[in-house]
Amino acid sequence: MKIESFDCGGIQSVKIVVCMKQVPDTAEVRINPETNTLIRDGVTSIINPYDMHALEAALQIKEKAAGAVTVVTMGPPQAEMILREALATGADEAVLLTDRGFAGSDTWATSYTLSRAIGKLGADIVICGKQAIDGDTAQVGPEIAEFLDIPHVSYVRKIEDIRPGAIRVQRLMDEGYDIVESSLPVLLTVVRELNQPRLPSLKGKMAAKKAVITRWTSSDVDADPGKIGLQGSPTQVKNIFAPQAKKDRKMLEGNAEQQTDALVRELRGLKCV
Amino acid sequence: MRIVVSGETCTGCETCIASCPFSAIVIKEGKALITEYCQLCRACLGVCPEGAIREVHEAGETAPEAHKDDYSGIWIFAEQRGGKVASVAYELLGAGRRLADERRAQLTAILFGASESEARELVRWGADRVFLSVSPVFERFNDEPCADLLSLLIREHRPEIVLTGATAVGRSFFPRVAAGLRTGLTADCTALDIDADSGNLLQIRPAFGGNIMATILCPNSRPQMATVRPRVMKRGDYDESRSGEIVHVEAEGLSSRTKVLDTVQEVSEVTVNLQEADIIVSGGRGLGDAKGFRLLEELAEVLGGAVGASRAAVDEGWIPYRHQVGQTGKTVCPKIYFACGISGAVQHLVGMQSSDIIIAINKNPDAPIFNVAKFGIVGDVYEIVPLLIKKIKEAKS
Repeated sequence: MKIESFDCGGIQSVKIVVCMKQVPDTAEVRINPETNTLIRDGVTSIINPYDMHALEAALQIKEKAAGAVTVVTMGPPQAEMILREALATGADEAVLLTDRGFAGSDTWATSYTLSRAIGKLGADIVICGKQAIDGDTAQVGPEIAEFLDIPHVSYVRKIEDIRPGAIRVQRLMDEGYDIVESSLPVLLTVVRELNQPRLPSLKGKMAAKKAVITRWTSSDVDADPGKIGLQGSPTQVKNIFAPQAKKDRKMLEGNAEQQTDALVRELRGLKCV
Repeated sequence: MRIVVSGETCTGCETCIASCPFSAIVIKEGKALITEYCQLCRACLGVCPEGAIREVHEAGETAPEAHKDDYSGIWIFAEQRGGKVASVAYELLGAGRRLADERRAQLTAILFGASESEARELVRWGADRVFLSVSPVFERFNDEPCADLLSLLIREHRPEIVLTGATAVGRSFFPRVAAGLRTGLTADCTALDIDADSGNLLQIRPAFGGNIMATILCPNSRPQMATVRPRVMKRGDYDESRSGEIVHVEAEGLSSRTKVLDTVQEVSEVTVNLQEADIIVSGGRGLGDAKGFRLLEELAEVLGGAVGASRAAVDEGWIPYRHQVGQTGKTVCPKIYFACGISGAVQHLVGMQSSDIIIAINKNPDAPIFNVAKFGIVGDVYEIVPLLIKKIKEAKS
């Protein structure tokens, strides 16, 4: 296993919160073109893959600098499953935010709710996956940072070092990377190349089965009822649809010889042969 | 709010099941049941012949409502890199101009950390006005000063729509702005339109890992904010003689708790080739193994093109990630795009469907890739491509 070689000089104990999401395995999600509805049959739920890298980063910091790792998720009661997996992998504590009032949350309401919980827990470093594979928005991390009034660094691909009150990381950009220093507390969103997530141990799995998971509702985190769930969400999904077919499509028929002849003719017409 | 089925009136007729876009309604013990997959989209309300489905409001629920009429004007954030405006900004001006004309509103570009001559260029590409800060604070990208100054300007001038590119920069700092302004933000839009009835911005984006498209609204809050995928929108017309107003804005008192110590350029040659190539030959899961890409490389070579791949092929480990085209890879728009053994999940389509001509080769005649193709060949890549290489070579000699 690859262990990051960052320095944690002088740090006594770090409180780390990792945000996780249970997502449908999107490789299996399809749309029924006739009814424009999702086909959910047989689609399994997994931990958002980026969040496993967030957890791994937290565990590595904990091993270097000592401290505690708390994992948090917001979701229906069955999202508890991913918290048990995180506990089995090495997290110390787990919090499940679950409340009917949270249903229908967009990124704004989700990050508001998570920020209420993180504020209650207290954290030196908050780590999120870059984005969740079902929504791919990459918005919840930076929005949480804004609600908590702490700085954030997106797309962290390497942690260079952590000292009392400060952290230095590499941030992946469109044309390379930046070396960024931030004060603590900070929120990081992480990309896959940061590390190689470890697997839960058998002993960890046994312990996680019996572990007590903290459950918080909206009133436990003192959330404003007007800012959670569908009611608190500025955005709405109007409709979903499958992409439309092109009108002027031409299928090249015949055997392979005839098909390729026809294609070469077309390519010649386009002046690319 | 909740959606509930009245067990007394429900006859178990299953009419409601097809109405749910999230497959969140099941029949249990002869009655419809709304499961936890419910996204509260309301699509099922009104479809029940017995009127058994209704929404239930809890006490104290109130909808947030901005004074929408106080907001007008379309804004685009023009990202700069090393003092030069990034090309996505010109694409946003093209899209923004169209929206502004439709709303009969002014188009404003926001430019932090570049020169006045760059601001003039934004005017020539369609902006009526540019808010410019030449402050050295913006020389390197830090989230907080960008978010703080943009939020300040939005609070003061109240635009109804604010757009930026879905780049590393835009996707990182726009969420802070939206969170602070208590408004919605839609990520990675591939199309934008105005709803004729309500005047709301229709924000179209891929969802569920790119398997489906979704239209997102921000009906009650302002501004409506979105990040827009680069290389999807068309640039507007360039007009040398166009005039516009350049407004210098103060950037005093901005602070940042992050600091960029160094910037390292690391552009892979492959990425550059992919985004600049006139012809791209891409392969997917249908190739079966890494050998298929040797064949595609050969085709790309005779055509003078570059090699791309779908996520499935990259996930299989047949080709490195830097070749990946699609929602989680690069967006490309070559003149000709060959999709070989690619089924055509939306995840892939959003990264290549603005190509001028798409040529699809796939064994499965029902593969969705044929829906976006100009030319389609139903056949085996391993049979078609070698023949094609041979015939192109012949045609060239």
